[in-house]
Amino acid sequence: MALELKNLYDDFRDAKTIKALAKLIEEEATKLDRDINIMEVCGGHTHTIMKYGLKQLMPNNIHFIHGPGCPVCVMPKERIDHAFVLAMQEDVILCTLGDMIKVPGSRGSLQDARANGADVRFVYSPLDVLKVAIENPDKKVIFFAIGFETTTPMTAALLEHTIKKELDNIYFHINHVTVPEVMQELIDSRDEHVDSYNNQIDAFIGPSHVSVISGAKIYSKFANQYKRPVAVSGFEPVDVMEGVLMIVRQFVQNRCELEIQYKRSVTMDGNLNAQKLIDRYFEKRGLFKWRGLGNVPNSALKLKDEYSKYDTEVIYSDILPKEEIEDHKLCICGDILRGMATPNECQVFGTACKPSSPLGSCMVSSEGACSAYYKYGSLL
Amino acid sequence: MCLSIPSKVVKIDKEKCTAVVDTMGVQREVGIDFIENEVKIGDYVLIHIGFAMNIIDEKEALESIETYKEILELMDKEERERAILEGDNCDGNG
Ligand code: SF4
Repeated sequence: MALELKNLYDDFRDAKTIKALAKLIEEEATKLDRDINIMEVCGGHTHTIMKYGLKQLMPNNIHFIHGPGCPVCVMPKERIDHAFVLAMQEDVILCTLGDMIKVPGSRGSLQDARANGADVRFVYSPLDVLKVAIENPDKKVIFFAIGFETTTPMTAALLEHTIKKELDNIYFHINHVTVPEVMQELIDSRDEHVDSYNNQIDAFIGPSHVSVISGAKIYSKFANQYKRPVAVSGFEPVDVMEGVLMIVRQFVQNRCELEIQYKRSVTMDGNLNAQKLIDRYFEKRGLFKWRGLGNVPNSALKLKDEYSKYDTEVIYSDILPKEEIEDHKLCICGDILRGMATPNECQVFGTACKPSSPLGSCMVSSEGACSAYYKYGSLL
Repeated sequence: MCLSIPSKVVKIDKEKCTAVVDTMGVQREVGIDFIENEVKIGDYVLIHIGFAMNIIDEKEALESIETYKEILELMDKEERERAILEGDNCDGNG
């Protein structure tokens, strides 16, 4: 619903501006002496690009590479299996946000767990978990927490409310991941295997929602150290186009900077209270497995040891499966998340794999690149 | 993809760290953990998965509410409420 509403909103407001920006980009791009590959890190941007046909509006020396910024898509099956096992416990109610419920793990999805009698609930906000816990004092209510920096402070706030209210039946399974570390991994892995990548990442469109919390400063090293320009942009088509224009101008003018397109809500420092709350309860994990990318150092968070009594990975460590799981053989989500392939290069795209019967997570999540290509495929 | 309709703060409960906000006629309770010290009754805020994220300029808020109004008028009551509530729920995206 929200998306349809958005559609209407944009249609009658933005078409002219988008065209004007496309023209400006084209003019600037003629001054470039080489092609530029711009990675849009976030799945929200991928959707905007596909939905509004922004790819088609680009001159032929400007290319988009889709990035790994869809929290549901990057969750490996191992973590979904954890959720499945937890949900199947007799006295547990498992709560989660968004599309997580539909993603298949090796034992099935949370939806399947529910069909097998598990009490799995979709919540709009982590705060709803408080209500579930209060209404079900004899149950253990587990919040399966996913998301980037955008949702981490809300999980921290839920823990804070839990402690303040002295509720003793709320627990957490933490899967929060962080954007800068995975961006760095993508650059490093490309720099290492230059030959196997035909597309270097030359610049980034940075996600604005993450920056509202963490501040745009988290991207400064990509401009300063890695020499990749960054434009932190909003999710409207106009925002993305303006972000591209900023990047192209940097190349034309031989600059390499971190710029903020979405000045309305993004600052360099971000929301300090939210950052404080994250620091109070969370610490870095040494390694976290990303779907398709493998183990990425320091790219995820976990609860600090002093809060381990809320941590299901500690409490249930005996029953949580530990074996490594391979992805479906035909699914190339991994390459897509690395920006090495596009969904239409997958053999089963739109045939064996569709939103109604997804084989991989990139098709499940409404943020995923495969679902964007499927939904807006007629524009290709 | 968030709708992010500005919501007006109508009640604040410092003790619980929550506020009641009004999003174009739909009222609900949200967390104010991140803007606790700044927020006042009458402020416009943006909500993300049940939490007020930042206070926005009143003029800007009223302008965007006007735009949303035109769209929401095209819907019936139930559709409207759902659109407003789902609007700030963007699957934890970036
Ligand atoms: S179309 Fe399906 S199987 Fe192919 S990469 Fe995408 S999610 Fe995986």
